[in-house]
Amino acid sequence: MAGQLLEIENVGKRFGGFAALDGINLTVAQGERVGLIGPNGSGKSTLVNCLCGTLTNETGTVQFDGYPMNGLAAHQRTHRGMARSFQLPRPFGSLTVAENLRIPLLYTVNARAHTGIKTHAHTHLNHAQLEARCAELLGLVGLANKANKLPRDLTQVEMRKIELARAMATDPKLLIADESMAGLSQSEVEDIVGLLIKLNERGITIILIEHIMRAVMSFSQRLVVLVSGKKIADGKPGDVVNNPQVIGAYLGE
Amino acid sequence: MDPSVALFLNALVAGLLIGGFYAAVTVGISISFGILDIVNIAHPAFIILGSYIAYIVNQTFGLDPILTSIIVLPAFYLLGSVVYQIYYVSFEQHGQDALRGLAFFFGLLFVTEVILILVFGVDYRYVQASYIDATYRMGTFAIPMRMLVPCLLSLLMVALLQMFLTRTFLGRAIMAVSQDQLALRLMAVNPVRIKRIAFAISIATASVAGAFLIVIQPVEPSVGREYIGRVFAICVLGGLQSLPGTVIAAMIIGVVESMTSTYYGPSWAPAVSFGFLLITLAFRPAGLLGR
Amino acid sequence: MRTPFFFIIALVVGAAVFGVALWKGGDYTFYAGYVVLQFIVLATAWNILGGYCGYVNFGSAAFFAVGAYCSVALHKFDPTKPLELCLSVWIPFTEIGFRACSTLNVSFLSPIFPLPIPALIVFGGLISGIVGLGMGYLTLRLRGAFFAIATLALAVVLQTMVVNWDYVGGSRGAYIIRPSELTFAGIKLGYIQYLFLIMMLLSVIALTLARLIERSRLGYGFATIRDDELAAEACGVPTLRLKLIATTISGMLMGMAGAPFPYYIGYLEPGTAFGLSYGVNSIAMPMIGGTTSWVGPLVGALIVATLQQWVTVTISSEWGVLIVGLLLIFFVIIAPKGVVGLVQATRRRFKTGEH
Repeated sequence: MAGQLLEIENVGKRFGGFAALDGINLTVAQGERVGLIGPNGSGKSTLVNCLCGTLTNETGTVQFDGYPMNGLAAHQRTHRGMARSFQLPRPFGSLTVAENLRIPLLYTVNARAHTGIKTHAHTHLNHAQLEARCAELLGLVGLANKANKLPRDLTQVEMRKIELARAMATDPKLLIADESMAGLSQSEVEDIVGLLIKLNERGITIILIEHIMRAVMSFSQRLVVLVSGKKIADGKPGDVVNNPQVIGAYLGE
Repeated sequence: MDPSVALFLNALVAGLLIGGFYAAVTVGISISFGILDIVNIAHPAFIILGSYIAYIVNQTFGLDPILTSIIVLPAFYLLGSVVYQIYYVSFEQHGQDALRGLAFFFGLLFVTEVILILVFGVDYRYVQASYIDATYRMGTFAIPMRMLVPCLLSLLMVALLQMFLTRTFLGRAIMAVSQDQLALRLMAVNPVRIKRIAFAISIATASVAGAFLIVIQPVEPSVGREYIGRVFAICVLGGLQSLPGTVIAAMIIGVVESMTSTYYGPSWAPAVSFGFLLITLAFRPAGLLGR
Repeated sequence: MRTPFFFIIALVVGAAVFGVALWKGGDYTFYAGYVVLQFIVLATAWNILGGYCGYVNFGSAAFFAVGAYCSVALHKFDPTKPLELCLSVWIPFTEIGFRACSTLNVSFLSPIFPLPIPALIVFGGLISGIVGLGMGYLTLRLRGAFFAIATLALAVVLQTMVVNWDYVGGSRGAYIIRPSELTFAGIKLGYIQYLFLIMMLLSVIALTLARLIERSRLGYGFATIRDDELAAEACGVPTLRLKLIATTISGMLMGMAGAPFPYYIGYLEPGTAFGLSYGVNSIAMPMIGGTTSWVGPLVGALIVATLQQWVTVTISSEWGVLIVGLLLIFFVIIAPKGVVGLVQATRRRFKTGEH
């Protein structure tokens, strides 16, 4: 299928006897903004982890950018252009903010030049180019003045922004943002949504996993609902939230 | 009976007896490492400390070593509380740096060992009790009482601990402390207090295990190091927090070691438990009997 | 500072220390100094895995002993005798087994034997590097305490193998007869001075390597492993591969530190080579000095090893171990960043005080 960036087919994952994911099918087109919602324990995080290679799915296949992802380690998927941010920010605590951004530049952008992954037309960044790119990314998320701070000196919202900037530093085709806004204030949420939309306008496909419905509704072009490891709805946000099955799943909780 | 069969059966029985004793040595680790997630690699040093206390009391008052160890249980319990408090305040409270906690216990191990060397020297020490030289014979079997008594008492101790952990409120709280601290807080139970009690109990078992050790064999301060790998091998093999699993794993290690030293020579025996441990960790980190 | 420049400065400092020792010190200075230098290498090696990557290795003694026993084996090796290559397969607990042997004439190797110490160091480093790589593979998915315990287990397995290896003396140990002096570039040099010089060079190499790693892409990768492996993978860091690199380099340096040891001690037995002091010291020194940079292990080794040498001479070696143990406990509780951290904090306080 032309234009499809991500194709998930029949992906399943069990923990012991519990089916965390049960035959998920999902395709995401190049440049789309997809919201993924579902009650707690519906399998959203498991799906993210299976996509990113942190967990291995027992059944089904994931195709990304035309390549099968099964069997690839997490870092190899990152090299192919799949980036994620974590539900709870996980900065490298002993490195400064700028150094945090330097890691993906060194290990993904520059690694592409060596390993010959042809998906990105990149050459090796030299020292000055690395510095410039770090500054550019910090500017993008509005944290240029925090470059030399350690992560423990940042506020919650700044941590989230660093998390996004670090994912962006891998120069991804797809960004999976796992609950980037939990625990933030209204204005901070709008701040992050604005940032995500800005990134999308630069051509990056984004899957947003989120609980805050206002954010999801203002962000998504398409909404996918997971309940108990199954996909129960997939379509325009307005239609999906009025879907009786979805209302039932949320109210019946 | 065919001599080779007799040899085999004797090796098997010896292995089961020593395995029973290994259960007593490991049960403290199963509580501290398995349940509480505190990597107390100094545990064998506390066991040797127990051996030496049993030795002193036995030498001065002629008291039975195992009885002594039960009398000094409160002192070991107190020692355990103190060690946990230091560990908690210095490492656990900040919720990070398990690496330094590990180094802390590593330091404790060597400090304890060296203090024992400075006080008692490196000579082997042994105790006297009526049953130490007795042997129970049955046909070609010879069961030395110095092995049988620790084995049976050790199984009794593990059984009592298992009953405590599964049947009492405090015991259940200990089992829950590593998994669901929130639930404990909701029940108005202070997890730190529960962990301190559990860790203190784990150290208290070292007193008894130490007495068993010196009944079984003469002891010198660095004997403890042989047990580091063995106890962790048994603990991991037994699936970390299960006491019945610990007993079974202890028996397995005991038998395999006994067989190895009977058929290959005693110098290969130490490699057995460590080899087992390496292989288990590499291929089945959850343990043989684990999830 | 560029690496070659740093290397040259370190060499100059090393040469200066050697010169002062020749001028002012006696043989004892060299005997004690050798031990201090050896611990600089060991502590630096430990820190590459332990400090940079956050993986605690309790089995330093094993790698050290691998290096030492490689030297013993090569020392005993006699190329004029045909080499016997044997393959034996035994089925456990049965009497069934088979053994096939063939001989190989290796007399062409005679001119290069006995090997000089630098060659032994290279060989010992190679073998212990391979052991490190093997350990890395075995423990690839282990973290924290499990990794630490596995390294301890590895040490005991290796020790048991050496105890049962008759060729290098087994549990009885092996004597190494060394010349009392040798001519080096036309200059007559006592053997202990020669060993000291070699260990000095090795320390310079180890420190330069550690410093190079710290400032390179590899060093950043190691730091991400220490901080958060999951996030590191998400940033594209191949954590498993980096871990293997770290275990290999660390094991290699430890083996190199051990290779000249039989020549230093003259009589090597498994209890000495696998001795407790290597395990404790190689952890304690970086922890006391500070684990985040190459300076820490250097400072830690200088302080602790010197103190230990002094205590061993004035009181006893047990007191030496006791003091290291107590210092280790003290530092992990009170000053988790070590001496280097304390110095940095003090300097910062002075700076803010001035304003």
